[in-house]
Amino acid sequence: MQPTDISNPSYFHKVVDCQWGCPAHTDVPGYIRLIAQGRYTESYMLNRQANVFPGILGRVCDRPCEPACRRGRVEEKPVAICRLKRVAADLRDEIDGLLPRAPERKNGRRVALVGAGPASLTVANDLLPLGYEVVIYEALEVPGGLMRSNIPSFRLPVEVLDEEIGMIIGMGADLRLGTPVKSMKALLAEGYDAIFVGSGAPRGKNLRLPGREEAAANIHIGITWLESVAFGHIGKIGERVLIIGVGNTAMDCCRTSLRLGAKSVKVMARKPRQFFKASEWELEDAEEEHVEIVVNHAPKSFVVEGGRLTGMVFEKMAYEFDGRGRITAEKVLGEELIPCDDVVLAIGQENAFPWIERELGIEFDKWDVPVVDATTFEGTRRGVFFGGDAAFGPKNIIWSVEHGHQAAISIHRYCQGGDIRERPPYGMNLATAKMGIHEWSFSNAYDATARRVVPQVDLKERFRKLDLEVELGFTAEQFTKEVERCLNCDIQTVFTDKLCIECDACVDICPTRCLTITPDGTEAELRGRLSAPAENLEQSLFVSGPLPQTGRVMVKDENLCLHCSLCAERCPTGAWDMQKFTLTVPYAGDLPAQATPRAKTGT
Amino acid sequence: MSYIAKPKVVHPGLPRNELGLSLRDYEGGMSTLCAGCGHDSITAALVQAAFELSIPPHRMAKLSGIGCSSKTPAYFASASHGFNSVHGRMASVATGANAANNELTYIGVSGDGDTLSIGLGQFCHAIRRNLNMLYIIENNGVYGLTKGQFSASADVGSKAKKGEVNQQPPIDPCLLALSIGCTFVARSFSGDKEHLVPLLKAGIRHRGFAMIDVISPCVTFNDHEGSTKSYSFTRQHYQPAVYADYVPPAQEIRSGQAAGSVQAVTMHDGSRVLLHKVGADYDATDRLAAFGYLSRHQAGGAIVTGLLFIDESQPDMHEVQGTPAEPLNSVSYARLNPGQRGLDSIQARFR
Repeated sequence: MQPTDISNPSYFHKVVDCQWGCPAHTDVPGYIRLIAQGRYTESYMLNRQANVFPGILGRVCDRPCEPACRRGRVEEKPVAICRLKRVAADLRDEIDGLLPRAPERKNGRRVALVGAGPASLTVANDLLPLGYEVVIYEALEVPGGLMRSNIPSFRLPVEVLDEEIGMIIGMGADLRLGTPVKSMKALLAEGYDAIFVGSGAPRGKNLRLPGREEAAANIHIGITWLESVAFGHIGKIGERVLIIGVGNTAMDCCRTSLRLGAKSVKVMARKPRQFFKASEWELEDAEEEHVEIVVNHAPKSFVVEGGRLTGMVFEKMAYEFDGRGRITAEKVLGEELIPCDDVVLAIGQENAFPWIERELGIEFDKWDVPVVDATTFEGTRRGVFFGGDAAFGPKNIIWSVEHGHQAAISIHRYCQGGDIRERPPYGMNLATAKMGIHEWSFSNAYDATARRVVPQVDLKERFRKLDLEVELGFTAEQFTKEVERCLNCDIQTVFTDKLCIECDACVDICPTRCLTITPDGTEAELRGRLSAPAENLEQSLFVSGPLPQTGRVMVKDENLCLHCSLCAERCPTGAWDMQKFTLTVPYAGDLPAQATPRAKTGT
Repeated sequence: MSYIAKPKVVHPGLPRNELGLSLRDYEGGMSTLCAGCGHDSITAALVQAAFELSIPPHRMAKLSGIGCSSKTPAYFASASHGFNSVHGRMASVATGANAANNELTYIGVSGDGDTLSIGLGQFCHAIRRNLNMLYIIENNGVYGLTKGQFSASADVGSKAKKGEVNQQPPIDPCLLALSIGCTFVARSFSGDKEHLVPLLKAGIRHRGFAMIDVISPCVTFNDHEGSTKSYSFTRQHYQPAVYADYVPPAQEIRSGQAAGSVQAVTMHDGSRVLLHKVGADYDATDRLAAFGYLSRHQAGGAIVTGLLFIDESQPDMHEVQGTPAEPLNSVSYARLNPGQRGLDSIQARFR
């Protein structure tokens, strides 16, 4: 194989599975170590740099980092990354002096952001310190977008939202609440230098079945209903509630129903559990509250008696699967009537852009979704950018944040008159973690502790108030243990081939047999003849150049490396070293200054 | 030495042997030897060999004397019996242990100092008795624990770390063992496990005294320019005479394994050792020829490796002495202690 190019930041970045999995590239091991050291404020700020909303995301992030976590392959459960983030947010000190500030003197550029959700707020966060004048248009009377209207307050307290949104607005954004943008044409005419559309995917999908119209009073569209609950327009629901769909919105709907007086809540799923869209932990939380999840029931019709909804008829389904678990055939076994008082539809949501006139050069595809460049986030009209759910359909908060960062880079470069396709490069910093012959600047001993469970408000207590936060957060006894479960994957094993004397010490000591000294070969062939088989093809092989004494190569399978540093400790020549890897992620503020300004967008 | 324990995490893809154990079940404590010590590689090879032979760890006995080498038994097979004897006396302790219980697998680990200086007499007599054990010499040419003085295996002309040149002729353990009737003589290198592991397996399965001289560089005192026992010198002067391949009793010899000039030797337990000869003239069952080959090549500066001599036909100590086959710990109390009458009758035989 070609020797691995470790000067490319993406090689070591990929080794840090959590950071690689995080759309915003949060330095997870870095912030977990800061928590371990009791430096909560620094931990919060490290988080904020990447993901902007640590307190919010520490409660409701979709946490793509956790399924990626190496610990989950080494034993069963990943590190509780998300809830550790909340620890940093809960325990941090005052940070006013650490937040970015907008300069007194503006740069003379005005940017309009449509919608005050996480994507727009991230754009504002990145552009305000550069001297931009930022105007945010929000249809509702409060900022936050779906974070506010769709995530129930028993999961995300309003104070947490207000505080983190306030940090951005407080930099001097011109937030115009209750001001929906009704016409893109009119907005363009206002002469902004750039426009960012972060208006989300605000339209919940409907289910057109017999009886839908007659029973309309008791059939609710999930996200609209959650919004009404959030703003106090709806305060109760019938005793028997059916939720249609099993995504994360469905989980919020069922748990909210229980707090509005429902006695029996069933979540109706068309397919078996392995096809559910909801995150496993959200399903667990709902089931703990005695929500019943009913599989293999496809909705057929609403039953209306005396002008009122009394139940729903479902077709009972059976499926056949192929070897890879995909459905190959389905059949209907029969029908079942399930009585109910209310139905909440949580079967997905869509973008909606009735306010963007179609003659402005902003193209829409066949699903009526704007055509957006996946790198620059620019639409087909220069100077108009999209991000968050408005760009590529419903994803999650952390993706919106990353879209916001990228769009901010594009907007800044666009306003500077540069080529927005030229993206600023990722960089890295490597510094040895060696402190003494056998001492390292990190906790390298493997801690076999099992994953801690976040304590929750007692089941009897939690339904008393709609906004009573269910999760209490880790106790100090818990998080001081949980942080030790992190394998410190960012402390990289760095190999210098010319120093190796092929004594085998590293190969012999490696607890998970990651290392092999062997004649070179193709990747497929090498994977088969390593100390332990390297069967996880998603994980890289490190291959050195030829070793000085025999010309063989050092191969490392990254898959199960514990980053325990024993290879480096047993290396007599320092050919292996443990080095702290820091990914330098470029933000709008990191772009070099450029001279030629761009003409205004609307003109 | 490292202060952290080797994590107990086991790679899920790690193979299991006939006993259902993984390689990691044959490991021992954390090594306190210098980082990069050849001895640690030999330990790893022993772990591999014992794992592959599916030896129940509690049926092994590890013995050693004094020196860096003699710390090795602490670093493998934690579940085995062990005895760390006084300097140079490991062979005697092994003789006693073997006399009492010949059902265990005996693995002695010694060094060039422990074997070729203070323990030379013990070593020679254990060979003469054809004691059933594997005797490993971790040979680095220096006294590491006392800061690197030349040992009895240092070559003439070899330089110490500070520059002084050795002028005394070495004792070659292989030539010595051949000359006094050793029934299994081999040499290998800690930096070549592919070669070492089959030799260890064959040595363990050999019934009689199996001596393996393993060049094991001392990274701290003898891995410099001018050393004749460094990693790079050994790699440059390494001259395999015979590659050994170990085939367990129940396994067929694969066609690829027997190609070329291969000599198969059947061991006492039905397993076979395949000897792949590098030079066509080499005969590993001819003691005189082996002695001559070794002497000639040694004079030319080569480090001859491989299973140099094997003789499965010789009786081991128990056969020669006519001692009972069953371990003394399983002999009934009545037989072990025949009482005053029994003692009287034994004593009467000497009157």
